[in-house]
Parts: sequence; C-alpha cells; structure tokens
Amino acid sequence: MKSATAIIIGAGHSGLAMSWHLAARSIDHVVLERGDVANSWRTERWDSLRLLTPNWQSRLPGHAYAGEDRDGFMTMPEVVHFLQHYAELSRAPVMSGARVTRVRRDEEGYELSTSQGAWRCRKLVIASGACNLASVPSLSTGLPATIASLTPLQYRRPDLLPDGGVMIVGASASGIQLAREIQAAGRRVVLSVGEHVRMPRTYRGRDIQWWMDVIGAMDLGYDAAENIERARRLPSPQLVGTPERATIDLNSLRRAGVELVGRLAGLHDGKAQFSGSLANVCALADLKMNRLLAAIDAWVTGNGLEEQFAAPHRDGPTVVGAETKLSLDLIAAGIGTVIWATGYRPDYSWLDVPVLDRHGRIRHDGGVVAAPGMYVMGLPFMRRRKSSFIDGAADDAADLAAHLHRSLDRAAA
Amino acid sequence: MTNSTSTPEPVQNGVNVAALLGAREALEKAPEAAQFKWRASCEWLNGTHSRSTIGKFFGLGAEQSRDETFTVEADHPKVFASEDHAPTPVELVLSGLASCLTAGVAAIAQRRGIQLHSVKATLEADMDIQGILGIDDDVRNGFGAIRVHFDIRADASEDDIKALVAQSQKRSAVFDIVTNPTAVFVTVN
Repeated sequence: MKSATAIIIGAGHSGLAMSWHLAARSIDHVVLERGDVANSWRTERWDSLRLLTPNWQSRLPGHAYAGEDRDGFMTMPEVVHFLQHYAELSRAPVMSGARVTRVRRDEEGYELSTSQGAWRCRKLVIASGACNLASVPSLSTGLPATIASLTPLQYRRPDLLPDGGVMIVGASASGIQLAREIQAAGRRVVLSVGEHVRMPRTYRGRDIQWWMDVIGAMDLGYDAAENIERARRLPSPQLVGTPERATIDLNSLRRAGVELVGRLAGLHDGKAQFSGSLANVCALADLKMNRLLAAIDAWVTGNGLEEQFAAPHRDGPTVVGAETKLSLDLIAAGIGTVIWATGYRPDYSWLDVPVLDRHGRIRHDGGVVAAPGMYVMGLPFMRRRKSSFIDGAADDAADLAAHLHRSLDRAAA
Repeated sequence: MTNSTSTPEPVQNGVNVAALLGAREALEKAPEAAQFKWRASCEWLNGTHSRSTIGKFFGLGAEQSRDETFTVEADHPKVFASEDHAPTPVELVLSGLASCLTAGVAAIAQRRGIQLHSVKATLEADMDIQGILGIDDDVRNGFGAIRVHFDIRADASEDDIKALVAQSQKRSAVFDIVTNPTAVFVTVN
C-alpha cells in the first residue's frame, strides 16, 4: 500500500491551492484526481458557460491571471488551461485517473481505495467539489415519461435538446443563463422562479464582484455571519459572464419572451402547479439587492470617493404580471424538456466515515471536518463568503494547511 | 451625524423573541418534536350556519391543552339566501391570512429591533361565483387573486418595513397554504 502524510482528493482550484500550501510547508502529499486536472470544468459544464467572476479575480496561491482582458470572463477551456498551467507551475504531485472509491478510518489516519490501488494517509483533504451532483426535487418523479428530464450537468447547448418547449426549474445562475440562451435559440421557455439572489453585473461603472471584494463582503468570516447555515444554502446570484458584461434579471428575461411562473409546487398527470408566491420572492430579492447596493454607496461615501465612480442608480423592481400562470399542462403546451436547475451538492458516496449530518452535508467547523485529521475545501461560505470561489481557495488553503501542520507537529511532539 | 451616543429604548412589540429563538434552537436538535397536528371540529347548526370548535393540538411530542376552547362560526350572507349569522368561510380564510402575516410582521420586527406603532392589513379577494354555482367548469371555485395591503407605522425606513412584510410572507404558514397545493383527504362514517 502506498502512503503519504497528506492526501488531497481532487485537482481543481481548491485541491491545487491546498497542494501549494502543503508544498510550501514541505508536507509530503499527493493529489488524487479521478480524471485530469480541472475535471469538472472539462466535463460537467455547458458549452457557453463562462466564469461568473472577472479574470483579475482568478487568483491562486503564487499565481494569478496575467492576460490583457482583466475584466473579461474565462470560457471553460480557458479555465481548464489556467488550472493546468497552475498545476505545472506549482509542480503539484497530481495522480490523474485515480478515482477514490472508498475512504475508511484506520489507526493512523485514513485508508483510501482508488482505481489505481490503495493509499494510506494521516491527513485527508476533500477537495472534490461542491457541485458533483444536481439536487433534483422529489416531485420530479411526477414528470411524464414522454418529457425529457435533464440537469445542468447534462445540458450542453440548445440544439441538442429534444424538440419543443423547455421548462427550466430554478432561477439562480444556472437557470437564468440557460433560459436566456434557450429562448434566444427560438424555443418556448417557461422559467419557474423560487427564492433567488438578484444582482446587476456592473454597478457605478465596476463589476459587482469588484464591489463585493472591495467592501469586504467576500472576506466575511463564517463565524461573523448572522445565520451561517442559511448563508451556506443561499442560491448563487443571477449573474452571467459575457464579453458585453450583460446583466440578466427576470425583467430582461421577460422582455426576451421567457414566461415567468412561481416555484414549482406540484407535478401530477403532466400538469405543473406553480406557487402564488412569485411576487414575494421577487420583492425579497429586489430588497436584498438594494441593501447590497446601499452598502456599496455607503462605502463610497464613507471613503469620500464619489468623484471616482458613476452616480448611484437602482434598476426597477421586478415586474410580476397579473397574467402569471399558476398551472401548465406540459404536454398540451408542447414542453419537450424540463431542466432541473435546482442546485448542486457534493458527492460523498465514497466516504465511509460518519461525518455527514441528516441532510447528507459534511459536518465541519470552517473546513475542519468532524473527524480527526480530515479537512474539506471549496464549500459555500465554508470559512468565508468567497470559500466556493476560485479566489477563496488561497486564504482557506492557507488557514487549513496551517491547522494541518500544527496537528502534525503536536503528534510529533 | 452627531457625536452623542444614546442607548436605544428596547423595542417592545409584545413578542417573546428569545423564547421563539430558543424553541428554534431546541427543535433543530430534536426535529421530531417539531411535528405538530392542528385540529378543528365543526357542527352544522342550520342552513349554511355552522360552528367550529378549536381546542387541543399536538406538538412538542405531546398533546397540548389550552386554557380556553374557542368557537368560530360561519354562515353566508343574505344575497345567498342565507341568514348572515357570521362571516363566510372564505372571509375567514382572508382573516387567517391577515392574522398570520400580521403576527409575522410583529415577530420579525421584534427580532430586527424595529418598534411598531400600528399595523393594519386590508385584504380583498376576487371570486367568480360561476365556479361554485357550477355554471362554468372553466372557472375555479376559489379566489382568482388575493390582494393584501399593509399600512404600517414603525421606527424604520420604507425599505426596512417592506422587508418585514416580505419576510413575513416567506415564513407564513397560511401564505404557504393559500399559494401552494395541499393534499386533502376526506373520510365519512
């Protein structure tokens, strides 16, 4: 059996950032990768997807975007290239094609079964991603067999969809992006909208991510958040990365012809029922967006920087028409596909250590998992708001590598 | 801006938020205690007039009794050839929605440190009675739409007051009941 002091599962941005910090501390380790570096970015993303964060924000330990288009958004091949380049630069000890099939505790730490043999380690870092599986609501089982059922992990582009209209369930980043491009391809699109986070792409002349970064919102610690469990479950903001830096919101989708309906509340005999709460979820999102913009304005004013930025403005409230449907006969309406853009979750099916709570979420304190010597990376708001962003990996990896190092020293003492 | 600092008067909306938060924390650890059953019984009096009795409920893992058993009557107005002894059931639904949202506004205001001075909800619902009369099968029996208007005086900004009302809808049982489908099972002896 091969062994290493530490094993990192997953060679994405999180795993590579952790590898950099362990190397900096001369802790021997290996990065086990089921495919190749940046596997999820290669194989589980739709064709048009670009990062939701601008290029300048692609910062990893000892490396950052250095191209000309600092305000642009990377395509998936560009993300893969960026991470591959990083893995080479940092000489990360990545073992490709090593899928972890089981992790068990042993006396010294953990024993891993992989598609390339068994490994043993004292410290384990789970950096296998937060979005391995699509979360699909149980009412999806009521969908007629004649209608195709897809998740965003399977979706590639509009022309590969079965004929007919498309109902997209969920209006967070994935749902609104898919609604926009499928509508633009000439399909009928019905978008089912539950709670969501509305944000303009740019505000007062700067990217919203720049503002969130500069006012300190992205660095907010998990111990400082008012309700961390709720903050961790918050859906991704309605953002898209495009060369035009376009803002997509429910108003622009409606103008483009997308039919907005409430949260999907029932699915029986081919008929979908939608909640009457659409006006309220839109009001909640509008108010929350305006609180963020007010915080930005307060930061600008508080620092005496009004002259440097465009004047404040507010996009109008989300329009919810009185004609909003409460039900739809999917077959009569010619809906050929339903896409469940209802969130993602990690896959821990290989983890044979009792660290999951009753919702299947891993129990951890800022990435320090509730099992000796085990760490996790890249989960939403894990240590700070930016934890699930590429830009969040550096600080989290630094903190957790320091924790891991201290625990090794204690064991040696 | 002033340099003076003053300790704000504690907000008092008559809601024991500490108890609510304590209950929430306890129930997160013991979710089975969160399983409640609400009950009502209803007896026909005469014509469209009926009286419901509301007393015990189940919750926190046990039968819960209360100091008083309540009664609520319902009837239909004279334009329906009834005697109008009490509100119609659909008006009681509006009352239930209004009371649920209003209670939520008070609790959330307390939690957010907002002193309320007055809260008044005014509700109106559309109904095409061709549905209940069986004239047109395409018309539903229930409300076409419900409009709720809140007049709130409170020590808070307009947006903070709007946020109270939005959050109250988000956490309201009756709002959920009227906006989403619920399976109903009826048995007969």
